[in-house]
Amino acid sequence: MISLNRVTRIFNSRDGDQVTALEDVSLSIRANEFVALVGPSGCGKSTLLRIVAGLILPTAGTASIGGVPIREPRSETGIVFQAPTLLPWASVMDNVLFPLRMMHRMDSTSADKAAALIKLVGLAGFERRSPRELSGGMQQRVAICRALVHEPDILLMDEPFGALDALTREEMTMELLRIWGERPKTVLFVTHSITEAVVLADRVVVMSPRPGRIAEIIEVTSPRPRSFHVEGNIAFHDASRRIRELIFGQRHVDPGRAAA
Amino acid sequence: MSIQAAPPLEKPPSGKRAKPPAAAVSEVVVPLLATAAVFLLWEGICQTFNVPAYLIPAPSQVWTDTMAIGPTVFGHTMATLKTVLLGFAFSIAVSLPLAVLLTASPAIAGAVYPFLVWTQSIPKVALAPILVVVLGSNELPRVVITVLVAFFPLVISMATGLMSVPPELIELSRACRASKWSELWRIRLPYAIPFIFAGLKVAVSLSVVGAVVAEFVNADAGLGFLIVTSTAFFKVPVAFGALIILSVMGVVLFQIVVIVERVFFPWSSGNATPAS
Repeated sequence: MISLNRVTRIFNSRDGDQVTALEDVSLSIRANEFVALVGPSGCGKSTLLRIVAGLILPTAGTASIGGVPIREPRSETGIVFQAPTLLPWASVMDNVLFPLRMMHRMDSTSADKAAALIKLVGLAGFERRSPRELSGGMQQRVAICRALVHEPDILLMDEPFGALDALTREEMTMELLRIWGERPKTVLFVTHSITEAVVLADRVVVMSPRPGRIAEIIEVTSPRPRSFHVEGNIAFHDASRRIRELIFGQRHVDPGRAAA
Repeated sequence: MSIQAAPPLEKPPSGKRAKPPAAAVSEVVVPLLATAAVFLLWEGICQTFNVPAYLIPAPSQVWTDTMAIGPTVFGHTMATLKTVLLGFAFSIAVSLPLAVLLTASPAIAGAVYPFLVWTQSIPKVALAPILVVVLGSNELPRVVITVLVAFFPLVISMATGLMSVPPELIELSRACRASKWSELWRIRLPYAIPFIFAGLKVAVSLSVVGAVVAEFVNADAGLGFLIVTSTAFFKVPVAFGALIILSVMGVVLFQIVVIVERVFFPWSSGNATPAS
């Protein structure tokens, strides 16, 4: 479905230096697969996500969806950001409908679709509320509805639960699994949390920084449906340990030898 | 595809909080009492020490002298109000496109910004007589001076507001393949509303200042003109009357802006609870 072929992205920083955010990244994601991107800060996770979103273009290499190269944002992709960034003046309902309005795709079924989504994330009865009346977790649920309302086949999530407290975060992770079960989609999920990645994803892409590249892709074989109870599970344990090694192991490598 | 509803998270909060009546009373009554006390004190001092009316007139004298020429004062008030409102309206009309232009691209901002700062560094009182020569002795130079005094804070606050949109929302708008126009209309402008109103509150007060400055230089009517002529004839109580009317005008216009914000943009003013 999504295919990245030797994608490199170089940014020009303000002082004229060139920063390689991504180097030679190749990745292919199947339809309705859940893929998590994990790695330390500066490993190009968000850049990769934005390339798939069509918000930035690769400097070299090709990114394509269903065989079509990504040159601009595509309307069948939904995005959830770290901050809910809801419109403070609009009700929950209008926030969910917002992408349809921006795309001029409002029709008689739009309100029903939005209401069904709001119900799906457990916010039935809150349609006319303003975002400021909602908690952080509830706001992020609205943001997820907003990303799903135009029925995308790809959902991109950039650390969607990063700003939530630990308990809400676990709750939202389970919610996402439930929603994904109800409405299967291809999901690319950027996170800093190894546990979150392993609980959610079919495959975890571990990235290394400076320049950002793929260190390893790990299959998570633990069976679905999953919950945080799988933390004791062998497959889960092995996957987490391997990811930890990849991320923290590199940091302990002698810098002299790493350069050589 | 079947949709299974999750159980509701919690009960939607009910109703909006009503202000306790005691707080509402003290909000109105205390300032009124304080104002009355100041006027009483002023009256008392003038009476006790026999302060001459051409220095500081007592409030009672201000009232009787101003009311004696009531219809004339009313005409002057309307003339000033007209200049203030025209100037305020044109300030908004000038500021909004300027702010959009300033935020459109760094290059345009770089070109326009020096001129903006330059118009602000010119003392408007010094500019007024020149504008009268250029534009003629009519309403036009007065409105132009009012706009010059009032528009700058409005442009700055509008531009700040237009730039205050979270970058994610701009990305979302791009991801929806929305035009620059819908981005401005549906995201940037609504986001700027609280900033715009902060600017409007400053601008409406400055409009009164601008109108009076213009009337000092060139007018045959208006409260500024009334102050100049009445002091020339030592009718100081009338000048004080005009001054009080000007300050009331400023306060009322400011409050109108506040009320417009609360009624039409309840999410903008920080303390407002949205109606359910």
